[in-house]
Amino acid sequence: MSVQRDATEVDAERRLILKCLLAAGLIGGVVGSAPPARAADATGWPTDAFKQKSQDDALKALYGKMPEESDKISLDTPEIAENGAVVPVSVDATALPNVTSISVLVPENPFTLAASYQIPEGTAASISCRIKMAKTSKVFAVVEADGKLYSAAKETKVTLGGCGG
Amino acid sequence: MASIRVRAIASDDSVEVQSLIQHPMDSGFVKDSTGNLIPAHYIEVVTFEHGGKPVMTALWGPAVAKDPYLKFSFKGGKKGDPLKISWVDNLGKSDSTEATIM
Amino acid sequence: MLRRAMAALLVLCGALGGALALPVFAADKVDPAAEQKAFQAYFRAQFPNVPQDDFVNGPYSMDKGMRKQWEEIMQFPPYDFALDEGKKLFATPFKNGKTYADCFPNKGIGIRQDYPYFDTKAGEVVTLSMAVNRCREANGEQPLNWETGPLASIMAYMSETSRGKRFDIKVPDDPRALAAYEDGEQYFYSRKGQLNFSCASCHVQSAGKRLRGDVLAPAVGILAAFPIYRSDWGSMGTIERRFTSCDAQTRAVPLKPDDKTYRNLEYFLSYMSDGLPIAGPGTRP
Repeated sequence: MSVQRDATEVDAERRLILKCLLAAGLIGGVVGSAPPARAADATGWPTDAFKQKSQDDALKALYGKMPEESDKISLDTPEIAENGAVVPVSVDATALPNVTSISVLVPENPFTLAASYQIPEGTAASISCRIKMAKTSKVFAVVEADGKLYSAAKETKVTLGGCGG
Repeated sequence: MASIRVRAIASDDSVEVQSLIQHPMDSGFVKDSTGNLIPAHYIEVVTFEHGGKPVMTALWGPAVAKDPYLKFSFKGGKKGDPLKISWVDNLGKSDSTEATIM
Repeated sequence: MLRRAMAALLVLCGALGGALALPVFAADKVDPAAEQKAFQAYFRAQFPNVPQDDFVNGPYSMDKGMRKQWEEIMQFPPYDFALDEGKKLFATPFKNGKTYADCFPNKGIGIRQDYPYFDTKAGEVVTLSMAVNRCREANGEQPLNWETGPLASIMAYMSETSRGKRFDIKVPDDPRALAAYEDGEQYFYSRKGQLNFSCASCHVQSAGKRLRGDVLAPAVGILAAFPIYRSDWGSMGTIERRFTSCDAQTRAVPLKPDDKTYRNLEYFLSYMSDGLPIAGPGTRP
């Protein structure tokens, strides 16, 4: 006899597994800060935020608030990307206190949120990574520090290479 | 384990971590030679743990470059300590490894 | 005779006034040593602020913005996986128990800078990739794909063991060696294909200039960083891969990757870069 489990049962089970995984330290969780407002799936990945096409929507989904510009964020991206498939990005927000999150957004990309980094206490507020850019765009670094949101932007040009193939 | 390269180097009171993970990070927007879309296949979550606590959690989307790289630093690690790294992707695949801080 | 004159003229083209004393209409026999001197002098004159050794870094020796991205990526090079794979493959015995080490001087370690060389017995140019595949065939194995995959990984490993060692390429005073050298030289300077470009059109006359988003590498030292992980390919590629793909891009019909003329082209280019350090494996846009 097959048992059809209803949605609430499956949900409850998922939440239990999630709690166990978090407790066992097997998946990430940020200690000491409010978790993102909504739509994190079972592994803690913010599904909604990564689906958004506009920067405002992505930030609302991820943080539930809007950033103010800050000159305390050092954002390093190339002026002209050597290849849009591999663009090095460095964000240094060590000048801000109690940073808990650093995100990289590319408004001209099909989905604006590229990556988000959860920074626990004891970890420096500085990351370097490599992203894909579909075309010339501003690259935004958004930093959550002491519960407030800050941003800095830099434009990176992306053109077609002449030597591709 | 084979997909994750890590260099974790301790100096003063800080550990600098550089990682390179072998993964296609297909965005789902690229077509193959026959004109069919290559399905999206990208790492979603990467966790770095030291002493049982997360020192970094990376939430990635399809815009992260292929064979993704990450560099960051954390305090409290010493030479010889283990550093655990694991990832899971949108298709449910995963991998993990343990590196030793040098 | 006319070919050689044209070749010499092209090399003279950008040189600053009278700096080169090249016997343009000299005797019939080609003089590779003199041509090599002129070739290297041309680029030194074009780019006086680039240290000679730096030419091996291609576009990164030509443009600061590109160089910064390269230095960033080189903190953890994307060819790392291929390099590791190459090391394993190199050490793995063939089915008959022999290994690559049995085919090469010094067990195949630190020898990349001596290739290509002219085999006077066989009367042909031998490239390193050819030597690897011949080693396989001599030991009952299938040759590997010339352009990417395991051969690129093995070449990555062999190049890494030679990193920093200087190209030591010889063109012996042997009519067959001179003919091979000239064959490569002619291919380099001949316009071909729908776009009517020669290799020199981009890599001699337009070195350092932009081709849309790319910056063109100078021809001197251009093979030193191979095999390369190209971001454009998202994978490793050998010299053969770049020759065929570049020909195709300029809308010329590419030769087969193991074509004799490509080997001769590699011979010519390597001899032109004699003395420059091996910088491979490398990364490129």
